[in-house]
Amino acid sequence: MKKSPGEDPILMKCEHMSCSYGGAPVIENVDVTIHRGEFVGIVGPSGSGKTTLLRAMLGSVKPIHGSIKRQPGLRLAYVPQLETVDWNFPVTVGEVVGMSRPQRLMRPQAQASEISLIEDVLERLGLGGLTQRHIRELSGGQQQRVFLARALIQKPDMLILDEPTAGVDVRTRHEVLHVLADLNESPPNGDGIAIVLTTHDLNGLAAHLPRLVCFNRTVIADGSPAEVLQPYFLERTYGAPMEVLQHGGMPVVLEQGGDELRNRLNRSSAS
Amino acid sequence: MIAVDLLKPFSYEFFRNGLIIATLAGALCGLIGVFVVLRGMSYIGHGLSHAVFGGAALAAVLNLNYFLGAGFWGLASGLMIGRVSRKRIIGADAAIGVITTASFAMGLALQARFGQAKRSIDAVLFGNVLGVFTSDILAVAGVGVLSVVVIIGLYRKLLFATFDPEVAGVSGVSVPAMEAVLMVLLSATILVTVRVIGVLLISALLVLPAVTARMLTNSFGRMLWLSPVLGAIFGGVGMYISWYADIPSGAVIILAGTLVFIAAYSVVGVRRRTQLAGINHH
Repeated sequence: MKKSPGEDPILMKCEHMSCSYGGAPVIENVDVTIHRGEFVGIVGPSGSGKTTLLRAMLGSVKPIHGSIKRQPGLRLAYVPQLETVDWNFPVTVGEVVGMSRPQRLMRPQAQASEISLIEDVLERLGLGGLTQRHIRELSGGQQQRVFLARALIQKPDMLILDEPTAGVDVRTRHEVLHVLADLNESPPNGDGIAIVLTTHDLNGLAAHLPRLVCFNRTVIADGSPAEVLQPYFLERTYGAPMEVLQHGGMPVVLEQGGDELRNRLNRSSAS
Repeated sequence: MIAVDLLKPFSYEFFRNGLIIATLAGALCGLIGVFVVLRGMSYIGHGLSHAVFGGAALAAVLNLNYFLGAGFWGLASGLMIGRVSRKRIIGADAAIGVITTASFAMGLALQARFGQAKRSIDAVLFGNVLGVFTSDILAVAGVGVLSVVVIIGLYRKLLFATFDPEVAGVSGVSVPAMEAVLMVLLSATILVTVRVIGVLLISALLVLPAVTARMLTNSFGRMLWLSPVLGAIFGGVGMYISWYADIPSGAVIILAGTLVFIAAYSVVGVRRRTQLAGINHH
């Protein structure tokens, strides 16, 4: 029987954490705990500080108040938004995956054992045989998996992803979600990899995750999708009224006022 | 007879020295140019060459060693540009515009005020490939060897920091340190090559081999050896043609590079654009 997350060791704990980029705090009084093997989605509007929270978890932004504690020796890996990648950069799939590995002195090229490791990770993610391809010559789902492979080859305990499904089609979103679920359940190196991701996609991604954090400069709600995807929390998070329906046992979030907007647009196009 | 004519320039020592240094400078600029192009630092290369002019003018006026004066000035300017642009109060391009043009203006002012410095300043501005000394060749070769050793030794960190600085930073790579390393190598490269092709053409030699190599490969590793090879060819062939065309060598080197780039862009660019048009992007 799977343990509840609370019984697993704590990997990271933010307590009353506030962060800024030199001015007013971007996120304030944040309390979040991540246990080993958890799969957590952080949802919130643009500009709500989700990426800053991820950067604080990664250690690239330091708290100005409160604290963030990491399990000693915790191995973190980060997958950035695909939109931030320079697709014209001359780099092959193999070079992307290999760049995060430590280099032996004066031996920049991957050695035989390393090549085999890279190929194993790529094979596991369904990218076998693409080592020499340029990153631009891949589909959206394959591109996302290349950056996942670069993170996985670092053998992380915790994987942090910023908007892994932003700007991708429905099929790619499914692909990414399935790959992440597989990694969370059966990672290559034993215990489950904890996964923390941010997303805008409430119905396509967030509703499928075991734990959600509604976030807007601070934690608004933290729990299962059924507990968190409630009109009250969503309105506090997004600043707009939302409706939640149940469909096949899953919450489906709808914007309130959608009908009125649609009618106005129809009227204006008719006139 | 024709063969004898073609070999005639090699009978002059100044030409042999010029050919060696143009080839070495082309290779060195080609190597460092890979990072200059991929990091969008072309304007920094252009700016630093102007900053070196200010330092060279000051060194000439104070009767200091050229490498000491220009080197210190170029390095200080490079690090200052990096520091100002990291603060994000003004953009990197604006920081380069202010710091390097101020340095260049200072050089011009010194030249106007102290006329005796004019001779060596002209050499820095327009290059003097036929008047190089063995010490110049050794300086270019020395910076070349240093650059190769540093780039091989830090290959993955430099690649990671160039391709994806944010993730590199959280993966344990010191991105500011890698930027400083590249800035030092770039400053040193400009310092030792500027007397070969001159301040006004150096940024082109930093860019042309790298962008041509980029047209020919999609791999960073291959680009890193292809670009110096192209730079060496541009330098050597340009120097050789300049002998017969009776045109300043710096201009011929750049024109030779530009022609090869246009050819590569025309042939490979069209093919690649056709291929990319068929790929399904996200």
